[in-house]
Amino acid sequence: MKQAHFETLQHSTWQAFAKKVQALDKGHAQAEHIQDFAQDYRRICQHLALAKQRGYSEPLIEDLQQLVWQGHQQFYRHKSPTLERLLSFLIVDFPSTMRQQWRCIAVSAALFFASFALMAVLTRLFPNLIYQLISPAQVAHMESMYDPAQRLLGPISLRNHQDDWVMFGFYIINNIGIAFQTFASGLVFGLGSVFFLLFNGLHIGAIAGHLTRIGYGETFWPFVLGHGAFELTAVVIAGAAGLKLGAALIAPGAISRVAALRAASTVSITLMGGAIIFLLLAAFIEAYWSSSNSIAVAIKISVGCGLWLLVLIYLLTSGRIRHAP
Amino acid sequence: MYSLLLVGLFLNNYSSAHSSADTLLLDTVVYLETPEGICLALRPAGLPVRVLAFAIDLLLRAALLAFAGAAWLYLGKFGLGLASISAFLLLWGYMVLFEVFNQGRSPGKQIMGLQVIYSDGTPINWSGSLTRNLLRMIDLLPFAYCIGILCMLNSARFQRLGDLVAGTLVIYEVRPTQRKSLAEVTASPSAYPLTRSEQHALLNFAERQQQLPKQRSEELAAIIAPALHIEPAQAVSGLYAIARSILGLR
Repeated sequence: MKQAHFETLQHSTWQAFAKKVQALDKGHAQAEHIQDFAQDYRRICQHLALAKQRGYSEPLIEDLQQLVWQGHQQFYRHKSPTLERLLSFLIVDFPSTMRQQWRCIAVSAALFFASFALMAVLTRLFPNLIYQLISPAQVAHMESMYDPAQRLLGPISLRNHQDDWVMFGFYIINNIGIAFQTFASGLVFGLGSVFFLLFNGLHIGAIAGHLTRIGYGETFWPFVLGHGAFELTAVVIAGAAGLKLGAALIAPGAISRVAALRAASTVSITLMGGAIIFLLLAAFIEAYWSSSNSIAVAIKISVGCGLWLLVLIYLLTSGRIRHAP
Repeated sequence: MYSLLLVGLFLNNYSSAHSSADTLLLDTVVYLETPEGICLALRPAGLPVRVLAFAIDLLLRAALLAFAGAAWLYLGKFGLGLASISAFLLLWGYMVLFEVFNQGRSPGKQIMGLQVIYSDGTPINWSGSLTRNLLRMIDLLPFAYCIGILCMLNSARFQRLGDLVAGTLVIYEVRPTQRKSLAEVTASPSAYPLTRSEQHALLNFAERQQQLPKQRSEELAAIIAPALHIEPAQAVSGLYAIARSILGLR
């Protein structure tokens, strides 16, 4: 068949398909556009194959290729992001990935909490040790933030305003930034994640130890306990996600390193998605709940413990039974 | 720092070894075979165009940040909160949100005609976009994207480290082309039967008539005209006539 004849025969099919694809691209597709999409797409693919095989001209082939490409983009895609996806992520995917990756989580948690505990104990034993890690100005700064005489606690107390919004923004930037750093630096054979886990563990441990030693413990611990359930867990999760990348690079197993990294990255990004949600929650709690000094210490501590319990129960039990979405 | 570079070089040697086996030609085109048995040609975007796209995005973000700063000035403390949240969104969310909701195109990419896709040709989604944009942090080390650039230049498909891990590609958008009509001459078959590749060459010549300067067309036609027994004076129109007959036009 000559090309001109072929084109006049099929022209209407191509135009109809182009219209369907455009409607789908713009997101206002009607039932008529979706109907027979698969058959039409395969027909265009067949036309392209024919055109190539019969040696038709380049512009025609390019046109058909463009149609096939648009159809391909609509036809083949990874699962679309919807509310259902988000729910199933929260209820099933994230907690079950956490349990599946318990080794990475355990290593990350051990690095973080061990360095935290070690430094907290050491600063109580050797009061001057904190100045090896944190400058005296910063220590004084910390002390003023958790002074029991303050009405508002934490970084919020320094800025002399009541607007929780500001601090919400501040916490988000600061904490999610740290979590992202901890994760991304895991690509350096996991070393970056190890460094940031240890660094943050030592840092927070030193501050905790120091503040407890000078008698500010009753403001510091209730402050940290509530949002710590989400924030510290999120740092551990981000570290684990980074370690997972590093592990894939160091020991890829029977597949190439690129393939191993790609496989690890899908797991890591699931963990990071959960960590981001945790950090948003933590920032919210920190700005509106933890920083208030008018709530009784006993209530703050019991709520804090409740939140830790909640996080543990969620991570351990959620999504063990798969429901239909 | 060197170890990072090694990671990049190392990964790329793997991936380029794979892709060079498929295509021996010295070309950047990536051929993607679909389940329908069709080969789609994708053109990965190189360094300069991506730098330009990034520069546009950077300027746009700076402008938006300036707006957020203005909100801080006028709205006071609430504005400061708003400004800090928007600074965060611009830093970490800008690329991801645009790539997910605008078919893999941030404004800079859209202006430069680029698009991010998975290397299997499917549209980018949350996990791919998050991965490649979080790992940007590594690519921009030690300064000015050195690692990303070296990794990209060493890669057959111009992937930086983030792209390699996420399995994504930045390609030139596949845009609709405007078909040009052939010159209006009366079709006449060639004096000799032509092989398929010869027919193809003639068709390509005829379809490119508007892109080629007149002198160049004549120069090219003069090479082939004697072999097809066409008068040198009508070389160009003679070839157009043969092309029309190959297409089946009158």
